[in-house]
Amino acid sequence: MSEKVILKVENILKVYPNGIVANRNVNFEVHEGEIHALIGENGAGKSTLMKILFGIETPEEGRIFLNGEEVKIESSKEAIGLGIGMVHQHFMLVDSLTIAENIVLGNEPKKYGLFLNKTQMIKQAEECSKKYNFNINVFDKVEDVSVGVKQKTEILKALVRGAKVLILDEPTAVLTPQETKELFVELNTLKKQGHTIIFISHKLNEIMEICDRVTIMRHGTTVETSYIKDTSPQDISNKMVGREIVLHVDKKPVKRGKVCLEADNLVYVNGIGKKMLDDVSLRLRKGEILSVAGVEGNGQAELAAILTGMKKPISGTLKVRGEEIQEFKPSVLRKNRLTYIPEDRMTNGCAPKLSIVDNMFTDKIEKYLKKNNVFLNRKKMKEQAEFLVKDFNILCGSIKHPVQELSGGNIQKVVAARELTEEAEIIIAEQPTRGIDAGASELIRRKIVEFRDRGAAVLLISADLNEVLELSDSAIVMHNGKINAYFKDTSALTEEELGYYMLGVKRQSEEEVNAIL
Amino acid sequence: MSNVFHAIFSTTFLFSVIRVATPLILASMGAVITSNAGITNIGIEGVMLVSALTGVFASAFGFGPWFGFIISIITGVICSLAIGYVSMSLKTDSVLTCIAFNTMAIGGTVYFMYAVVKDKGTTIALNSGKLPSVEIPLIKDIPVLGDILSNHNVVSYIALLMILVVYILLYKTPLGLRIRSAGKAPTALSSVGVSLIKTRYIALGISGILGGMAGAFMSMGYVTWFSKNMTAGRGFIALAADAIGNSTPVGAALSSLLFAVAEALSYSLQITTVPPELVQMLPYLVTIVGLIAYSIRKSSLVKKERLKQAVK
Amino acid sequence: MKSKKMSVGQFNVWFEVLRFVLAIIIAFSISFIIMSFSTDAPFAAIGNLFVGPLTSIRRFSTVLETMIPLTFAGLAVSVMFKANQFNLAAEGALFMGALTAAILAIYMPGPPIVVIIASMLAAGIVGSLVCAIPGVLKIKWNCSEMVVSLMLNYVMLYFGTYIFNQVARDPDSAYNASYKFREGVKLSNILSKTRLHTGLIIMVAFVILTYVFIFKTKWGYKLRMTGSNLHFAKCAGISVAGVIMSSQLIGGFIAGVGGSTEMLGMYSRFQWSALPGYGFDGVILNILAKENPAYIPVAAFFVAYLRIGADYMYKQSGVAAEIVAIIEGLVIVLVAATAFLSKFRHRMTTKLSKDLLTSGGER
Repeated sequence: MSEKVILKVENILKVYPNGIVANRNVNFEVHEGEIHALIGENGAGKSTLMKILFGIETPEEGRIFLNGEEVKIESSKEAIGLGIGMVHQHFMLVDSLTIAENIVLGNEPKKYGLFLNKTQMIKQAEECSKKYNFNINVFDKVEDVSVGVKQKTEILKALVRGAKVLILDEPTAVLTPQETKELFVELNTLKKQGHTIIFISHKLNEIMEICDRVTIMRHGTTVETSYIKDTSPQDISNKMVGREIVLHVDKKPVKRGKVCLEADNLVYVNGIGKKMLDDVSLRLRKGEILSVAGVEGNGQAELAAILTGMKKPISGTLKVRGEEIQEFKPSVLRKNRLTYIPEDRMTNGCAPKLSIVDNMFTDKIEKYLKKNNVFLNRKKMKEQAEFLVKDFNILCGSIKHPVQELSGGNIQKVVAARELTEEAEIIIAEQPTRGIDAGASELIRRKIVEFRDRGAAVLLISADLNEVLELSDSAIVMHNGKINAYFKDTSALTEEELGYYMLGVKRQSEEEVNAIL
Repeated sequence: MSNVFHAIFSTTFLFSVIRVATPLILASMGAVITSNAGITNIGIEGVMLVSALTGVFASAFGFGPWFGFIISIITGVICSLAIGYVSMSLKTDSVLTCIAFNTMAIGGTVYFMYAVVKDKGTTIALNSGKLPSVEIPLIKDIPVLGDILSNHNVVSYIALLMILVVYILLYKTPLGLRIRSAGKAPTALSSVGVSLIKTRYIALGISGILGGMAGAFMSMGYVTWFSKNMTAGRGFIALAADAIGNSTPVGAALSSLLFAVAEALSYSLQITTVPPELVQMLPYLVTIVGLIAYSIRKSSLVKKERLKQAVK
Repeated sequence: MKSKKMSVGQFNVWFEVLRFVLAIIIAFSISFIIMSFSTDAPFAAIGNLFVGPLTSIRRFSTVLETMIPLTFAGLAVSVMFKANQFNLAAEGALFMGALTAAILAIYMPGPPIVVIIASMLAAGIVGSLVCAIPGVLKIKWNCSEMVVSLMLNYVMLYFGTYIFNQVARDPDSAYNASYKFREGVKLSNILSKTRLHTGLIIMVAFVILTYVFIFKTKWGYKLRMTGSNLHFAKCAGISVAGVIMSSQLIGGFIAGVGGSTEMLGMYSRFQWSALPGYGFDGVILNILAKENPAYIPVAAFFVAYLRIGADYMYKQSGVAAEIVAIIEGLVIVLVAATAFLSKFRHRMTTKLSKDLLTSGGER
């Protein structure tokens, strides 16, 4: 492999308007034609650094060299012009347009100098997709295709604009194991064709598998760059967090209690008429962690929404401790001591502009009132918030700061601290550690197990198979809105096995699935 | 009652519908463009008002109504871009910017009117002229239809043409693709190196052209003078028409017509015994009812589709 | 964080004040330039604008009188804004509140004090009903509350005028005015030789009540949660529809009471034939007050001062008072503009943060 430096970053300093120093003393080099991993906890400054490279943010100090020449990148347009492409963690696609329209957007072929040339547009998109062996139908509307195809569209968008350096921000977070494999094959193809790839990830095993070198970031600075072949997962993770982290959570043997949540024959149809839940029944028992595994979009999100009262099923019943829920409302379920860690923390998990202390009691403000039952008991709120900040190790300047100033992992800790309190008897945790750093993940996982040991019932919905296997006592797998597998004991289960059920390659008999009831 | 009936089904009534609809169609096309680009532009009210005044001034002190028309359009573009500058470059909430702009427009037009003609009410004293009416050959000779469709102010025909122009612009041109992306997924647009702000500036500029025309029609077609707050909420109605029409050019134009029918009706009914205040209320009430009907239909469509699937 | 240098937080407070002052200076400078085109003595004109309200007790008291309905409108809008509702029906609510109070003041029998209290309550209830309409439509069918309320204000104007003509109009009056209010049905004067009335005290009470409601009670807590993030509030078990609805009922109530205070304090007949414009004024005040109800009276004082000053300027210098609309517009645009002076702010925060880093403080 050539060791020509294609991209070099020197002494970057980036301070956000709220005074947070996101990057300082950042230095690293990327070789031409390599897959270079960038790893670090949330809030370590990876995303900021990538935004700087792609012209979304401008640094206060520091220099960037491309092919040995210093460049100033002040907009995405300039970055694209320099041959830098980026695939964002959240897709930057227009859902109501077709894949072809998305690919040519900003670069549209014209006719008569004014109108859109649709034939030429289709041709361009198809040619590009063939050139890189991407098997997609460019006539499809983006809103109708799978996550994997959306990601391919994103990569094509960058390639069609002549990207030589491709930045992928946590590309596998939303993919199934099989889709991930497919992506890796494609990335290797791109590498052979001479493209350079910067690969941002939290997943150590993926980095070990596909990358050539790795740069580790911590607290806004680059710590070290090394060849993958010269390092080990343990080594990388130590440097990331600066301390030994336990990759396994210790768990006592399971002591199952009474059934406390019973769902029967749930059916749900979404806004565009797609049947998302098709006759789903399950039981959740005290003292167990029941995992729900599945490829995203197979009904897990809807199941969580119904169990927490966010959505109303078309048919089916839900009982809590034997009593049927008549009204599907979050307030009703919360009164039944059910708590919820939602998947999208910024939308459903917090009020970003309000303070940490205000965000700690949203579901139980009635318990923090003065005797007259009208006025807030600020003193009690403050004391409890300070206790929780310590207990959950939330890094913040003050509990009066707005939540939006915290890093992703710390925001998730705020959510967890609110939801995991003594009230919690039934916990619905939806992707509780998605996209957050190892330290915060570990803490949240430990807390969940702690509550299970205390006798709470936990329903863990997760796309992270490691997490499913590590935490759960039992597991179900969802496919196409149905439960197609139930494992009472997950100790002998493997990732590959789960993957087969998730993709519907394997399916248990109805009897086996019904063993949960 | 037969009085009312006659009033409605007369050619003069239908003629006046088109007349009343003209500024609404133009303004609602402006609203359609901006809402597709992801901007709630309630500033169109003020844009119309300011353009109406500058048009009158330019016509009276310059070179007549057509010169006034062009100055109105230029004013519309400048005002729209100013709104854009404040909301996008200075990063002020766009609704607040527009409310501030409308406040300035209402007060500012009176200020300048007073400074020039020493009258705080109207500019009748100025001889500012009128844009011409046009007879359409062939159509004017068709009995009933000719009376309704011909001999309108030239701006009315421009307004009808603008529906087609806006349609083509939005759905058949690269710019339209970008404008729609700017509204639906702004980050997608910037991720491919197209400046979101530039696209929105262009959308605002186009909406300024349309708002400027609407203003010019108000003071140089509908009547031949400028009067204090003469737009009387038409810019807001254009916004409602955009909402009822689901931000499509044809839908918004039809909604504008609906309002125009109600307004024309209110003029016709004034000769009857119905209390005039209730008649004046009608257009606004109709718009609210139209909004409700649109929203109900939208939410019930979703429900129906879901039930249909559930039965399967 | 105990550094002797200024902390980032302290700097931000200082910065906001500076920005506000600069915004006012810029707005006046631009208006001054505009004025110099239409008068030969722009310095005298702007001087009159500044000192006008201070030239007599009477004029200064007019500032306070003008400030009362403005403050009510600002509070009403503030409660709805806190729930993230862009309901502009405070305008219609204030108009209908004033009309309701006027009708009761003409017809209701009983001791004046009882009539006053009853008409204020009735005005509040009518105001609630007006503001509830966009709220109901929003919750039930997701109609845009902003568009509905813009239309609704006109509906209320004409509907109100209809009721006025049917019920209260005095056919003998030379202009469109109602019958006179009953003897003694009037908010009493609190400063002799002026028209300043007890409405000022009612206003202060409402400012305190609104502030306490929003920041100190459980209802205000839920309101802020819902307004800050609707999905999250719903998820946490708050019944958001109820909160949104009640924010508009309360906002409408405040606007209605505001209308009645203005009517019973300043008038002896109802004679409004156009929308008073307080609804949009309410929005403007909220921008100036940074959406904090405690600052709304300050903002209202500022706006009222400008308007009275402009009237004085018109009388003395012949410059149209409407110039204040331009001043107001420029000030609020600059105050609300986050990017105004942001480069300077950014340089300062960068410097302060770096200082902290080098001096070993935490970030």
